[in-house]
Amino acid sequence: MNEQLDVQPELVIELLVRFLRAEAGKFGFRRALLGLSGGIDSAISAALAARAFGPENVLSVLMPYRTSNPSSERDALEVAKALGTPTRKVDISAMADGYLDAEQVEDRMRARQRHGALSDDRALRPLDGVARPGHRHEQQDRDPARLLDAVRRRSQRVEPARRLVQAPGLPAGRAPRPSGVRARQGPVGGPLRGQTDEEELGFGYAEADRLLHLLVDRRYSERDLLAAGFDPELIRSVVRRVAANQYKRLPPIIAKLSQRSVNHDFRYLRSWGH
Amino acid sequence: MTIRIQLAQVEPTLGNLEANRALHLAEVEAARSEGAQAICFPELSLTGYFLKDQTPEVALSRESAFLEPLVEASRRISIGVGFVERGRDGRTYNSYAWLEDGRVAGLHRKVHLVSYGMFEESRDLAAGEHYKPIESKLGRLGVLICEDLWHMEGAWLYFQQGVDALIVPSASPARGVEAGNDGLGSVRTWRSLLETTATMTQSWVVHVNRTGWEDGISFGGGSRVIDPYGAQVGELAGLDAGRLHVDVDPREAARARTRVPLRRDEKPWILRRELERLAEEDSR
Repeated sequence: MNEQLDVQPELVIELLVRFLRAEAGKFGFRRALLGLSGGIDSAISAALAARAFGPENVLSVLMPYRTSNPSSERDALEVAKALGTPTRKVDISAMADGYLDAEQVEDRMRARQRHGALSDDRALRPLDGVARPGHRHEQQDRDPARLLDAVRRRSQRVEPARRLVQAPGLPAGRAPRPSGVRARQGPVGGPLRGQTDEEELGFGYAEADRLLHLLVDRRYSERDLLAAGFDPELIRSVVRRVAANQYKRLPPIIAKLSQRSVNHDFRYLRSWGH
Repeated sequence: MTIRIQLAQVEPTLGNLEANRALHLAEVEAARSEGAQAICFPELSLTGYFLKDQTPEVALSRESAFLEPLVEASRRISIGVGFVERGRDGRTYNSYAWLEDGRVAGLHRKVHLVSYGMFEESRDLAAGEHYKPIESKLGRLGVLICEDLWHMEGAWLYFQQGVDALIVPSASPARGVEAGNDGLGSVRTWRSLLETTATMTQSWVVHVNRTGWEDGISFGGGSRVIDPYGAQVGELAGLDAGRLHVDVDPREAARARTRVPLRRDEKPWILRRELERLAEEDSR
């Protein structure tokens, strides 16, 4: 190997394990779920996750398709066994083949199905009842299905209206809502009968839009907003949501190991090269 | 006479002033129970580092009531603390305050803001312009915030002004995992800089770096104390948060300068003359 590419493996592992614990921990996560393919990338991910969270807190999900090489599954099981992580197998053949024409299922479709399978509560069931002594959020996330549900709710429910539909240059409070987009709510992304987003949020879009304009575009502080006459509870609620949803506006966090890292100091526009 | 200095290698929470103040007060208590007369926190210890648009939101004037519990605690122990300062001029600075006897005894504003690679301090902060020693009851102190140490004039100017110790708070990211480094390259480079600076300025050098992660960037720890001869007398190795107290004799700096009179033999007027010559040549 080119010696300039050689790293100190123990140091890199230590950094990555600390990274996983620290960055996942900030969001309250102390368990991991991953797709184990039998290849080297997911095997390393599983090994790092097992070290960071404890093997009993990592669920490896095998998601073969009917034409997958059986040796991949054997390799994946071997990895999981060596690491001591529980596994669950979800055969994606039926759902992939059920889409359009079974003869034309492409790789990327299968990748999406695997993504879908990883989002399915049932994939997590084997972890039910795993004890985590001394776990801080024992009550909330003992049940991984509930945990995932909470994540999904968090990620789909509330992003203040203006952030979603704002057209540049429009005055605050008059942002058009695309027709048909009535609300976004509920774990499945479609409106639940008889409920609007505004009801669920507990405040109206018009008021929130006005507040967001001052908060974001005009850099009002919370104190400024209070002085401008906004309800303290509304301020608290909106400010908290804007901050708590920031993770959705940015690419995933990458551990900075190399001298130039994506998101930090490898800086090019998205349209670079196009 | 020796002074016990505690290094607080902490992991602040980004943008959470309340949590960080509580962390500081707990560390101050721990330092007092160790019998320390001074405690030094890292750069921007009250706010966290990669603040970006949060910078103005966490800025505090040096008279801010928010600092009061720490200022009050400084009646019993001297405290060096990093924060975003809102100056009277309305600008924000990367500042380090020295709290002592219930007041802000001195303050340094980072001169060399870092704006390259992953850093963009100049977008959010104004730069300090002075290296004025802080007159502490424990000795004469010069504060160099992180990058300030990487430029020679700061340490040199403090040396001219006869400081006993250089306090070097930092928020230095962990970098350099290449095989040739034997540990983190960044930590090794820092150690070398600190030892060289101590040797050349014949000062105690107290380096306090932070730990923890901010969006995938880890801070490398490696806080240490170097004596006025360039020898390390204590370090916090590794990436964990931690505490270390070191007993130092501030008079040792003066003794070092008597034994090897580098300070006596400095020729600052040559520097002035040469700078004038360079300026004149530049203007031609």
